[in-house]
Amino acid sequence: MPVLDRTQEGRSLITRMRSSSNKRFPNWLDGAFKGLTQTFAIGILVLLAAIFIVLWMQSQPSIHKFGFGFLTSTAWNPPKENFGALSAIVGTLMSTAVALVIAIPLSIGIALYLVEIAPEFLRQPLAVAIELLAAIPSIVYGMWGMFVLPPLMSSYVQPWLQKYFGFLPLFKGPPLGIGILTAGIVLALMVIPFIASVTREVFRMVPQTLKEAAYGVGSTTWEVVRNIMLPFGRKGIAGAIFLGLGRALGETMAVTFVIGNSHHMSLSLFSLSNSIASTLANEFTEADTDIYMSSLIELGLVLFLITFIILGLAQWWLQRGNPERKRA
Amino acid sequence: MTLMQRRVVMNRAVMILSGLAAAIGLFFLVWILGYVGIKGIGAINWDFFTQLPAPPDTEGGGLSSAIVGTLIMTALAALMAVPIGIIAGTYLSEFGRDTYLGHTVRFLSDILVSAPSIVIGVFVYLVMVKPMGNFSGWAGGVSLAIIMLPVVTRTTEEMLRLVPSEMREAALALGAPYWHTMVRVVFRAATAGLLTGVLLAVARVSGETAPLLFTALNSPYWSNTLNQPMSNLTVTLFNYAMSPYDDWHALAWGAAFLITASVLVVTITTRFILRDRSKR
Repeated sequence: MPVLDRTQEGRSLITRMRSSSNKRFPNWLDGAFKGLTQTFAIGILVLLAAIFIVLWMQSQPSIHKFGFGFLTSTAWNPPKENFGALSAIVGTLMSTAVALVIAIPLSIGIALYLVEIAPEFLRQPLAVAIELLAAIPSIVYGMWGMFVLPPLMSSYVQPWLQKYFGFLPLFKGPPLGIGILTAGIVLALMVIPFIASVTREVFRMVPQTLKEAAYGVGSTTWEVVRNIMLPFGRKGIAGAIFLGLGRALGETMAVTFVIGNSHHMSLSLFSLSNSIASTLANEFTEADTDIYMSSLIELGLVLFLITFIILGLAQWWLQRGNPERKRA
Repeated sequence: MTLMQRRVVMNRAVMILSGLAAAIGLFFLVWILGYVGIKGIGAINWDFFTQLPAPPDTEGGGLSSAIVGTLIMTALAALMAVPIGIIAGTYLSEFGRDTYLGHTVRFLSDILVSAPSIVIGVFVYLVMVKPMGNFSGWAGGVSLAIIMLPVVTRTTEEMLRLVPSEMREAALALGAPYWHTMVRVVFRAATAGLLTGVLLAVARVSGETAPLLFTALNSPYWSNTLNQPMSNLTVTLFNYAMSPYDDWHALAWGAAFLITASVLVVTITTRFILRDRSKR
């Protein structure tokens, strides 16, 4: 009884209530009720532990056969039963990096607009609209991306990038329309609502008095943002970005449609590639040998570990940057 | 340029850029929704809801089995995840606010909410599909339930916290045991909130594809049993969209429209309900 037992009277009231006998409602029921809820809460921990343990056990064959080299090998050869995770890991990281490069400035800009700049009547509807982007199922993003983006990418965006930045290894190769860059763009659209809405919450937590004091000494909106809001919300914004990062790393359907699904590894953003999640989606039901299956499971374990750590950091920063949450 | 001018120009630039960012976000929302709407509505007709999937290049054909399969598995997931989630959420809000266990469960649920759903699919494949020997509707339902569980738990906690502690104290003062107070007073006061939370969680999983790929698989037939691979909208959409046939593409757009429209309707409705409540 969290509220009552804060005061002395509350505590003695609880003791008296517990000792009073009541035939319709025997006293042990309260203990049982608490026990039941506690058991189910622990159940969530057990579930999470079970996911880790099962993935770990089932990837043993692959862990034994390939050892640490699994993470650094680019081989992916089902007939010869030789597997390595590097091309999938690199594809995941590159597409996620593209997504964040696009999403971070846009999200912070959107949050800023919603909190400080937009006229009052626009704020609520715009915030809802941005959050609707988060409600669209990922497979719809993927399908839209596959039918709409490739022609635009291959005839406008990629030639333009090649013309002005073609000297970079990132933009080498034929403009195919699909590949890491396209996957990154779709991913960016998907994580923008998450980063933007958390950043917006962070900006809204900045004490009004601080902002008013800054405006009072003659600051412009930008100066208030730069000197008050950004420093104040630093941890929270980092948390928001990591939340988006965690989401982007594990996103499956949207990526599978547009990344090209090739195990070939290249440094170019134009090349066809794959991510851990898209490899699983494409090959898991086709795995015909135990070692193939086990390698795929190990890929899943790697993905789960990476996202777990990143999302854990995100939650940690968000809680620390948010005194309200910490107290609650 | 004087310092003052520079400050003013800088400020203008930032304001314009952030407005532009919002406009870009809005532009893509309209683009995606508009495109799915235009492509999808054309594919939706009576056959879409009543006919079984047909081979490519044949007249007619719909997604009736897939629609029903998705509904069944989503309901199955809700039946499993909602009771467990509400009870676990009760612990977080009533007994575990400041306990070590409470903080841990809260922290890990928040991680699980955003965890990659495809890994959940792999997990359920390993603990259900492999031992049982075949893909099944049960496995699909369970993997959706695992995705729903942390969402329901956390929203339950938040909704129960909105119930003022005075109501608990009033019931306790009348001599009601704590569990009775919860069931008859606190849950009742939070009913609308809990329902919207459940609806949001259902909307979320109804668009999930990745966890179904290796659990329910897919099937072109009516599913008479939960022990067999089960037809469902999202995996059908995935297969049809990846196929080279135009009429399958059309059906896939129809499915995309149906899923998006239902998810958006539920999301917008619950948002309005929740906002009305918080205003009061």
